[in-house]
Amino acid sequence: MDAIKDFLLPPAKSTLAEQTDSLFWFVHGSSLILTIGLIAVIIYFVYKYRRKSEDDVTPHITHNNALEVTWSVIPLVLVLIVFGWGYQIFMNQTVVPDDAYEVNVTAQKWIWQFQYENGAQSTGKLHVPADRPIKLIMSSKDVIHSFFVPDYRLKQDVVPGQYTEMWFNAPEPGESIIYCTEYCGDGHSDMLGEVIVHEEEEFENWLAENAGGGSKPDELAPEEWGEQLAQEWACTTCHSTDGSQMTGPTWQGTFGSEQSFEDGSTVTVDENYLRESILEPNAKVVEGFPAVMNTYQGQLNDEQINAIIEYIKTLK
Amino acid sequence: MDTAESSSTSKKIQVQRYKPDDNPEKHYLNEETGLWSWLTTVDHKKIGIMFLGSITFFFFIGGIMALLVRTELWTPAKTFIEANTYNQLFTLHGAIMIFLFLVPSVPAALGNFILPLQLGAKDVAFPRLNLMSFYLYLAGAGIAIFSILNGGIDTGWTFYTPYSSTTGGAVTTMVFGVFVIGFSSILTGVNFITTIHKMRAPGLTWDKLPLFCWGLYATSIIQILATPVLAITLALVGMERILGIGIFDPAMGGDPILFQHFFWFYSHPAVYIMIVPGFGVVSEIITTFSRKHIFGYWAIALSSLAIAFIGFLVWGHHMFVSGQASLASMVFSFLTFLVGIPTGIKMFNWTATLYKGSIDLKSPLLYIFGFFFLFLVGGLTGIVLGSIALDVHLHDTYYVVAHFHFVMVGGMVMAFLAGLHYWWPKITGRMYNETMAKIACGIIFVGFNVTFLPQFVMGSQGMPRRYFNYIEQFQPFHQVSTVGSFVLGLGFLMVFYYLVRSLFNGKPATANPWGSRALEWQINTRPPLHNFHHTPVIVNGPYDYHKPMEEFQLGLAESSHGDGHDSDLEVTSDGKEIKAE
Repeated sequence: MDAIKDFLLPPAKSTLAEQTDSLFWFVHGSSLILTIGLIAVIIYFVYKYRRKSEDDVTPHITHNNALEVTWSVIPLVLVLIVFGWGYQIFMNQTVVPDDAYEVNVTAQKWIWQFQYENGAQSTGKLHVPADRPIKLIMSSKDVIHSFFVPDYRLKQDVVPGQYTEMWFNAPEPGESIIYCTEYCGDGHSDMLGEVIVHEEEEFENWLAENAGGGSKPDELAPEEWGEQLAQEWACTTCHSTDGSQMTGPTWQGTFGSEQSFEDGSTVTVDENYLRESILEPNAKVVEGFPAVMNTYQGQLNDEQINAIIEYIKTLK
Repeated sequence: MDTAESSSTSKKIQVQRYKPDDNPEKHYLNEETGLWSWLTTVDHKKIGIMFLGSITFFFFIGGIMALLVRTELWTPAKTFIEANTYNQLFTLHGAIMIFLFLVPSVPAALGNFILPLQLGAKDVAFPRLNLMSFYLYLAGAGIAIFSILNGGIDTGWTFYTPYSSTTGGAVTTMVFGVFVIGFSSILTGVNFITTIHKMRAPGLTWDKLPLFCWGLYATSIIQILATPVLAITLALVGMERILGIGIFDPAMGGDPILFQHFFWFYSHPAVYIMIVPGFGVVSEIITTFSRKHIFGYWAIALSSLAIAFIGFLVWGHHMFVSGQASLASMVFSFLTFLVGIPTGIKMFNWTATLYKGSIDLKSPLLYIFGFFFLFLVGGLTGIVLGSIALDVHLHDTYYVVAHFHFVMVGGMVMAFLAGLHYWWPKITGRMYNETMAKIACGIIFVGFNVTFLPQFVMGSQGMPRRYFNYIEQFQPFHQVSTVGSFVLGLGFLMVFYYLVRSLFNGKPATANPWGSRALEWQINTRPPLHNFHHTPVIVNGPYDYHKPMEEFQLGLAESSHGDGHDSDLEVTSDGKEIKAE
């Protein structure tokens, strides 16, 4: 039984996941019984009433009210149970407990960003305390994305121009994958993230360390920090560092090279150009590439931008 | 000569038996020949065949795209194409299969050919409109192909805003193509409804209407009522892209969720446009091959209408996680379950029809049994997805992909193939190789399950759809699925091979090779240019297998002015005397 469970469903890591799973097994179990039953009846009929001669005469049976009412009412009752049950769990998923800890989520092509009450920021990794209801207040900067954590059995679209909410409570520390499940373009399948559930104390430490957000860890050189940031902010989803062609121009050898643009102008890549490309990506669109990059104005601070530029310089 | 006399309270008419010819010298294919006669024909049979040819072409184009998508998924990240190419491929696979194959498949191709024959009519009500419907389809398809060659589209077949308002490529052109195809669909619907209301043969009352006609009738209602909404929505998307009027894009003050409401208001009923005619095919084939009266005629006929109407009220179940109100989600979920009931009723009625029948497991029936299993799985997983809490987990995962492929391919394509095999002798006058047909059915069935069953597992585990890249955990499932898809493709190729081959060296078909009582089998094979040399008179229902065949081959002894559809003529079986030999 457990083997089937692990085969079909990811581990249940939120307080509500088990509820969803019970309904999942109930519907699939009864469906399986119905399917096997009906197919068995058909196979039996096909064998038992196979044509024996071309002159076979069949009885004139047109309908049977009692039978037809029975097989309408029983499934009706069953589906109403499934409806009520599903709705009840949905209400549990929807109604946020009052004491929930709030995290803001911003989605954009193709990263997840999380902002905390004390100004801490995180990209791609959602840090939360264990055994406490967490409320996510989500919005998108560009197109519709969808925040999906299979381990929690939860999903919510993230829509530009409005806020959507979801909540969960993960009782145990651990890690779970976040997918984007609303198609959002070339980097859609790389728009992954991770929920990292900490013990309460560990989480408080993390939060305090990152208060204000975005300063260089002491042990890293600027270009090393830049590499880390490029990973975290998913720059490398579109910009390769090995010269291969992706959605955006490669970073390898770009510094100091001549870059030509859609409008026919050219420029030698220097710090100013890179900075402008990060803050105003559509000011100069490199020839042959789509203008799909978002601005990072107000998201990356000067120190971070400098670090990323230092990193790009190392890619020769 | 057999004579029979039918009388009613109002009028007495003379009827006589017209035995169909097996291989008449003159038929619809050789009375008018040449390319021009095809291009300008108003014959519903030829238009049906032209639709059949076109949808087959697009089925293979869409199929090749599906195989490319599946091949790319052999490994995570890039196997042989770029992410953007992959996105365009799955978009076009969906758009082509839905708008150019599934929607017109049974209604426009098989329905066009069979509907007037089943009604005892010489053609559809508006033959020229019918031809225009075909040309609109071609024009729309042409525009769609043009857009593929001019930048392509990568929005998914759903064209969700604001992605579709902002992405590059030929979205506007593609949307216009779909807009034009929509009108083809509307015209077919108008034509069928009028034909069913006004062109029925004397004696063909509503309670004797073949269930295939009921299916097409329900479908036509949806086509007429829902397709305009799609047209309006797509026109709005076009306006937003060209004129910058903010309707759906929040950057211009629009509401992206509004698009989803509009889109699914058409596209959910469109699911029933695709499947309900298939239900009609099932009823015809089950009765013919079990030589038995359909069980629960009215339940099946009315459940199609019920599905058509309730189907309009469930679109919000595509949007449980979109941020719509919880109350809206509850109502949509509730109505979704209600639409499941008439579908279930049909399954039970078909099964009961087999009881005490005389079942001949010929290939059309075999395809129907394939339909039975696959559609059952598709329908029941629909119940899973209709439940809000489960949908929150499964929405936009491979579970949904598997679900709608079970319904659309497992249900509709199987029903379409069943119908094609069933009516093939009547359409072409040739029999195909029965053994090959059965083997191909088996290959398709196995290939289909190998392709899509693993996708249920992946989806439950959380694998999102429309993913170019995926985590390694899913690779074995993707690989099994890819292998299955090639088996499936092979099965379809085999069907294509033996059907085409039968045109050249198939055994000539007799007028009624299956011993059916339905009216389309009581005329010559191949059918005459104007279907009936006489005005058919209907005294029995199409499934009255307890009555002798000669009672199904009656026509007016003298036809007064050709069309024979005198509306005040009433034939009842009261006081009827039939002298058989």
